[in-house]
Amino acid sequence: MPPAPPAQAFGPEATIIGIWIGALLTLAIYSFLYRDNPIYKLAEHVFVGVSAGYYVGVTFWDTVVPKVWQPLFDPFAVGRDRPDLLVIPPALLGLLIFTRFFPRASWLARMPICFVIGAGAGAAIPAAVQGLVMKHVSSTMLPLYVHDDTHKTVAAGLVGGAQNLLLIVGVISVLCYFYFSKPHKGVLGAGARFGIWLLMVAFGATFGNTVMARISLLIGRLRFLHEDWGPMVGLGPQMARGPSAQPWRFAVAGLLLLALFGVLAWHERRTGGRPTSTETEE
Amino acid sequence: MIGVNFWERLQRLDRRVIFILIAAVVAIPLIWPPRPKLQISPPTQKVFDYIEKLPPGSVVALCFDYGPSSAPELDPMAYAILRQCLTKGVKVIVMTLDITGKQMKSHALNRVVAQLEQEGVKPVAGDDYLDLPYQPGYTAVVLGMGEDVHKVFPIGTAGGKTQPIGTWPLMDRVHTMRDLSLVVDLASSNTPTMWVLYGASRFGVKVAAGVTAVMVMDYYPFLQSKQLVGLLGGMKGAAEYEQLLKKPGLGMSGMGGQKWGHLVIIAFVVVGNIGYFASRRAARRAAGAAEVG
Amino acid sequence: MRRTLPLTITFLAGLVMFAQFFVPHKLSQDALTYMTDWMRIIGAFALVLGIGSLIQRHTGRIRQRHPDAAFSAVALLCFLGMVVLGIGWKTEEGSPFDWGFTYVFMPLDATMFSVLAFFMASAAYRTFRARTPEATLLLVASLALMFGRIPLQRALDPHLAGVAEWIMTWPATAAKRGILLGVALGSMAMSLRLLLGIERSHLGTGKE
Repeated sequence: MPPAPPAQAFGPEATIIGIWIGALLTLAIYSFLYRDNPIYKLAEHVFVGVSAGYYVGVTFWDTVVPKVWQPLFDPFAVGRDRPDLLVIPPALLGLLIFTRFFPRASWLARMPICFVIGAGAGAAIPAAVQGLVMKHVSSTMLPLYVHDDTHKTVAAGLVGGAQNLLLIVGVISVLCYFYFSKPHKGVLGAGARFGIWLLMVAFGATFGNTVMARISLLIGRLRFLHEDWGPMVGLGPQMARGPSAQPWRFAVAGLLLLALFGVLAWHERRTGGRPTSTETEE
Repeated sequence: MIGVNFWERLQRLDRRVIFILIAAVVAIPLIWPPRPKLQISPPTQKVFDYIEKLPPGSVVALCFDYGPSSAPELDPMAYAILRQCLTKGVKVIVMTLDITGKQMKSHALNRVVAQLEQEGVKPVAGDDYLDLPYQPGYTAVVLGMGEDVHKVFPIGTAGGKTQPIGTWPLMDRVHTMRDLSLVVDLASSNTPTMWVLYGASRFGVKVAAGVTAVMVMDYYPFLQSKQLVGLLGGMKGAAEYEQLLKKPGLGMSGMGGQKWGHLVIIAFVVVGNIGYFASRRAARRAAGAAEVG
Repeated sequence: MRRTLPLTITFLAGLVMFAQFFVPHKLSQDALTYMTDWMRIIGAFALVLGIGSLIQRHTGRIRQRHPDAAFSAVALLCFLGMVVLGIGWKTEEGSPFDWGFTYVFMPLDATMFSVLAFFMASAAYRTFRARTPEATLLLVASLALMFGRIPLQRALDPHLAGVAEWIMTWPATAAKRGILLGVALGSMAMSLRLLLGIERSHLGTGKE
């Protein structure tokens, strides 16, 4: 993935520094694969701090300022000719959240929570009925013989019908499995049994897709290390074309890796090779 | 003849050996990326065909509901869909319901616009594309858009400028969600469900989804019920879309690592099971011999 | 009063959102717009609460001279740094805040999740066993999907991809739909319990 444009406030060198920081943080996280160590912990805590700060910065400029501050104190900036006083009640409700830090007034913090939960629940009921229950039940009512543009022959029609039957029986069987008000015996038991088999197929399919997802994430990081950071240490895409013209870059990469292994070895000696609390024995 | 002890030792293989193998087979194809020809899945074809049939001037909302952790799977989809829309005159609004999607949408939009400008296609900022700010609230945002998009998003950004939303020419065409020809939700969480329930079911807007491979099975029922016009699943879905667009990109170049990573994991599973059954058979034989003895 | 008023707010807010779904009048549509606006604004304030909890935890560790106090200090410094950059220089692309997101947050977030690939491979090797007929079915389905999702030789590819697509379209969809219906009915029941005040866990355990 090509690097993002440099930060205008700092100049073009910011990109190079940024790529180095990104690469070192990436390697720090990957050091956990060997074992838990201080370098990983440092990167982990940097992540915690930076992500929290990110949420605050974005929320401030994209919600607090245009939805609360500007409608009240700078309405022209949001295309209004007068202050929007209807912003005051939700702002007051939002401020009530902070009363939870004062024990005698903490019950007031329930108001905004109840408002949001109540509104969400009220919106969810018709949406769930219309969009989930009714729509999916009606979509399960399928013909047992299919005749359309893609099923023109009798054989094709019967195959299509059999697939539809599998879907109908499958949905009912899975619902039988999740019905725990009666013991799974007789017809209900047989349905539940078939439901379990279909659930296993679905979970197997999900696992197969999960493998792809996880490997995709790994490809993303390795691509960053190879294409963005690699050229800075002689390990970039130019490798496929032959030896680097600047072998000192290999030396830099080698020294970095040696430094990383050195820290890991020191940590291993210090802890005597004992697993730490974040590691599991296999 | 391989003895049972071999299989037992293999089952106790240090996990760091597994880690190194996985890293190697995924990394090596990045140096020499293959260009495979993929079998296009019907859900991907449906998304492509739907956008391809949109007349110029239609407005598509591309929702970036993912963060950096899902970027390798969803960024390629975003680039491909943005490119397809902007080259055929379909206007694009980029937005996000996810707080980490804010930078993802801006980066993707600006990158694709810059690439298209280099290729001679010059989309007009504010008329062909617009970047709407992040708003928290998920369902609240979707429901609000169904009534008045201008009220939900007071400002918009394009070409490096941020202005009140009503001043952008693109927004003359869009006042409610019903004015959108399609919403494509690229998501790593359950926001496509929200778009379907609160957008498609309630306001009748057409919704397509691009999701991480982990979630793709959750949305097949929505495909079958036609609540989604199409579905892109993971990096393979992105690669298929790039193939349809005839513009290989990040999705296609990742398929080499995918292939060998999958094959190695399949080998691990098979070898692990062989070792398990060999150990179990040996244990049963030993138990039987002990009984006779 | 301290429980009745919040429960009443829950009921009224839910009733308004429920009722406006069925009322096409402009007043109802305005109510929806304002309700959703209010939810968004309250959400922004709720974020501060989460951040306060984070600051409290890490400052507590520093005060108590916890072994990881230095790391907590790093976390707080990074948090303050991002907040200063974000509020001081805005959050547009090209800003210092964007730089922090692109070169610190993005690599860390992406790498944290990419580590899962390794642990998943290790777990698949050690625990994915065909111990029972159901587990065998799960194993076969996952192998079929894994083969079907990768580009193989031309002769094999269409058939394996076709098998994977068939599994996802028919039996797996049937199972997922069954789960979806169960979850939908459950969420409806929970929403009704919340609106009617039967479910009160959102009020907290306070004795007030």
